[in-house]
Amino acid sequence: MAMTGVLRPGHAQVRVLDLEESVRFYRDVLGLVETGRDATGRVYFKCWDERDHSSYVIRQADSAGLDFFGWRVLDTATLDKLDADLQAYGIKTERIPAGEMLETGERVRFTLPSGHVMELYAEKSKVGNGIPLVNPAPWSKARDHGIAPIRLDHALLYGPNVAEVQKIFTEVLGFYLVERVLTPDGNGNAAIWLSCGQKVHDIAFAEYPEPGKLHHCSFLMESWDQVLRAGDIMSMNTVAVDIGPTRHGVTRGCTIYAWDPSGNRFETFFGGHLPYPDYETMTWTFDNFGQGLDYPQRKLHETFLSVVS
Amino acid sequence: MPHTVRIEDTGVSYACAPRESLLEGLHRLGLRGIPVGCRGGGCGVCKIEVLAGEFHTRAMSRDHVSDDDVAHQRLLACRVYPSSDLSLKVIGKLQTKVCTPLAIR
Ligand code: FES
Ligand SMILES: [Fe+2]
Repeated sequence: MAMTGVLRPGHAQVRVLDLEESVRFYRDVLGLVETGRDATGRVYFKCWDERDHSSYVIRQADSAGLDFFGWRVLDTATLDKLDADLQAYGIKTERIPAGEMLETGERVRFTLPSGHVMELYAEKSKVGNGIPLVNPAPWSKARDHGIAPIRLDHALLYGPNVAEVQKIFTEVLGFYLVERVLTPDGNGNAAIWLSCGQKVHDIAFAEYPEPGKLHHCSFLMESWDQVLRAGDIMSMNTVAVDIGPTRHGVTRGCTIYAWDPSGNRFETFFGGHLPYPDYETMTWTFDNFGQGLDYPQRKLHETFLSVVS
Repeated sequence: MPHTVRIEDTGVSYACAPRESLLEGLHRLGLRGIPVGCRGGGCGVCKIEVLAGEFHTRAMSRDHVSDDDVAHQRLLACRVYPSSDLSLKVIGKLQTKVCTPLAIR
């Protein structure tokens, strides 16, 4: 099998300021499927076409932002190996027991030099997408409820030490660098896009003085048309929209950035080119960052650089 | 009925309805470069200090608003709603935008 190691973004846990308002937003406007609530009050969601129990978890708190981002790995042997590899590289890891999150196995947790908490896990209950595995229909009526993305696609995180973060992902976790934006002096990377498979990115980081910041979690749409429909639903519900609908130069993805009711940015995303691990990295100079962000408007929107949670 | 909100730094006033946040009203003024961020109390770019007047609030991130800030009514404009005429001072990222003449921005 070609895909081993880290398979995909598995879950994000995000803090919200008002739980029930946020549940209504994520369930009825974004159109995620609520799959459970645990004893600590966390609410679990998945996108309609995802098969695992949950991919997006919210928790009431007095600040917004990201608690942690979790990666699904191939199996428990892979989990143990990556844990050992991280420790050998000099990164402290911690084991979170199975069941601490609903329907989720043991997790290996560690903190990146950017201040973000990452997790690896090998087991999460498969609850299915509501479509039988034998003679499946292409979609279910869950596709029409709200914006209804098909999966948690990636996240963009802001924090310091992006060069060290890149080394951990590429040298330990098996990712490769798909695209990057250079710093103004051209000597370093201001932002990096990393893939662990053939998606244009599974995670991205941008250099930022404050550690552990969330720029956005991104949800995958099936078409550009569905991105436009997402924009209609945002406006019908007076969702705070940041940028778009437009197309990124970086990744070539089609996008809308908007904020949840607590000021956590999210993205409805479609497309992007399909890289392979042997492809050469594509580079954007800082003076072309505007085209990288918003190709038609060629505009480096101020909120992109300065508004995070 | 809308209340009148006065920005003490500049002497400019604007109308703001009780169900509208102070940031929405400020944004409608159309001053270029008002940092309208998340509008959900999460990002902290819209900080103001309420100097006088009654208001009500919705939850805002305590990453950006300390106990001392609350005591001094230094709050996030996107989560503050007027209950009477108000006067406020813009602080933080908002200040450079609202109080700098356009020509030198
Ligand atoms: S605009 Fe983000 S906190 Fe007010
Ligand atoms: Fe994105």
